[in-house]
Amino acid sequence: MNPANSAALRARSTKARWMEWGVFGLLRVATYFVLACAAVVFLDIGIKGGAVVFRRHAPFINIPFLTEAPETLNVFEWEGRKRTMGDREFRTFRAQHAAELKGVQVEAYVYSAGGIFPNIVGTILLVLGSIGLALVLGVLSAIYLSEYAVDGPFIRFVRLSILNLAGVPSIVYGLFGFGFFVILLGWNVSLLAGWFTLAFMVLPVVITASEEALRSVPGGYREGSLALGATKLQAILTNVLPYALPGILTSSVLAIARVAGETAPIMFTTAFVVRDELPWQVKQWTDFFFQGVMALPYHIYVVASKIPQNQYTHDVQYGTAFVFLFTVAAIALTSVVLRTRLRKKYRW
Amino acid sequence: MVTVAPAMSDIRSAAPAVPVAAPPAAARPAIEIDRLDFFYGAAQALHGITLGIPERQVTAFIGPSGCGKTTLLRCLNRMNDLIGIARVAGGQIRFDGVDINDPRVDVIELRKRVGMVFQKSNPFPKSIYDNLTYGLRIQGEKNRARLDEIAERSLRSAALWDEVKDRLQASALGLSGGQQQRLCIARAIAVEPEIILMDEPCSALDPLATAKIEELIHDLKQRFTIVIVTHNMQQAARVSDRTAFFYLGKLVEYAETRTIFTNPANPQTEAYVSGRFG
Ligand SMILES: Nc1ncnc2c1ncn2[C@@H]1O[C@H](COP(=O)(O)OP(=O)(O)O)[C@@H](O)[C@H]1O
Ligand SMILES: [Mg+2]
Repeated sequence: MNPANSAALRARSTKARWMEWGVFGLLRVATYFVLACAAVVFLDIGIKGGAVVFRRHAPFINIPFLTEAPETLNVFEWEGRKRTMGDREFRTFRAQHAAELKGVQVEAYVYSAGGIFPNIVGTILLVLGSIGLALVLGVLSAIYLSEYAVDGPFIRFVRLSILNLAGVPSIVYGLFGFGFFVILLGWNVSLLAGWFTLAFMVLPVVITASEEALRSVPGGYREGSLALGATKLQAILTNVLPYALPGILTSSVLAIARVAGETAPIMFTTAFVVRDELPWQVKQWTDFFFQGVMALPYHIYVVASKIPQNQYTHDVQYGTAFVFLFTVAAIALTSVVLRTRLRKKYRW
Repeated sequence: MVTVAPAMSDIRSAAPAVPVAAPPAAARPAIEIDRLDFFYGAAQALHGITLGIPERQVTAFIGPSGCGKTTLLRCLNRMNDLIGIARVAGGQIRFDGVDINDPRVDVIELRKRVGMVFQKSNPFPKSIYDNLTYGLRIQGEKNRARLDEIAERSLRSAALWDEVKDRLQASALGLSGGQQQRLCIARAIAVEPEIILMDEPCSALDPLATAKIEELIHDLKQRFTIVIVTHNMQQAARVSDRTAFFYLGKLVEYAETRTIFTNPANPQTEAYVSGRFG
């Protein structure tokens, strides 16, 4: 055996190896850095927000924060002590102690008392409606694109446009929704306008992922159906779409996070800073669709940047962010569970 | 005997302009392929194929890979319609005296009467029962008792009943490869076609499973006309009554199976069946 060759076989540090090692290290550091940043954000919100939402004593959860509407916080000196009171409580208090309160200086901080119940409800309504809408429209488009459309320059152009739409900033969707649904169609600032705006925003993702999911269903199922005398539509509905559902739902998990989280698309189309009635307190059922709602991300935006900052707003900000993360995670988890069950049902 | 008469309802949606000939019952071909030319885009895959497939017999298509066996088979129930570039450029395929490529032919009706079993077995990822009743349910059959009855009957016909009768609601994907393929045959039988096309149904199966399917084919020809594509010459010799040998998209020889294997007229056929090429 040639000694030079066997030496080369044992050599461990060629230039290419060092390069490989270096690049791997860099990739690893990059990943850990991103993870660390995310961890800091989640920990900050988890600790400070958790302190607002959870309680040390039974019932361990700050129930008013989750079940009441936001209120103005009143702070004043009373019998030598500093008292803080939400607006509703303060009004009864003032009625009882009108005389004594004369001359007492009352400071008012908006949105710093009460809870965020209407915001939670609003966000859930927005997510359910817009995801439902996006899935229906998206799956129909995807079925058309993958099963019916004849590939050609036009369809390629359509696909390219859809891909590009995925990159359009959400504020553009917000302004589009405002101009089209709110003004042109005259829906005003409403749930319906918000649903459509949010649905349009995530449609590109839903269509692209659904098309992918439909295409990945083995062709043998389609052919098998057709050979048994099924029409194309029957084959798709009974033997393609059901197997593509898990993949389609995967896309909806991403879409849910976006729909729940974006502020820009809803600030012109559906979000109210404050509203006294809850969504189901409408005179007739059609009004349901044409009412504005409060929503978590918009509330965060308002309490974090639209009101004077002080020690009282701090709690609301972190508490809302915490609940917001939790709500999104819960909705996404539902979707993941649904997907897992479907996977089990139709495994191929 | 299966009565063909009621099932003879016209496969065309429109009134027949082409007269439906009633050929004599004896030696009646179930399908007549007449000077068929077939293209994938610009590439011609079949050249002037003429051949009659006799009723209630097994006809085997043999020939080296790429000679057009699958293509011809898929012409018979128009599965090639799914391939955008595929086109029949000339000739006819007559089923029941009707050219199946006539634009007035209802392809759904055609496929109900000309069933197919694929090379790669494709049980749907549903229960065994749902697989069996799929064809009938898409035709609108809802009567549970009737579906049950047909599921059982077609499983028995496919010699699968004893193996799966206790787990009809279990997923079809839990079956072995051979069982899956027999389930696909049962599923095709359930819609009561007149003809069953089989494209190398045993190519992925072990010898034991293959033997079972061959046995099954033998039983089924009492009731169905069967066309089988096979790579395996012994299989063609064992199961078929007539054999067609194809080479490069042309029909080289078509005769009784015994003749093809013992005394072929064409030297190419002789070379192929004796294993000297292909
Ligand atoms: N979908 C298709 N598109 C284009 N050419 C095809 C297609 N399917 C088959 N062919 C061609 O047609 C010829 C016959 O193929 P096929 O019928 O599959 O042969 P076999 O089944 O005898 O092996 C081959 O040359 C093959 O390459
Ligand atoms: Mg083939």
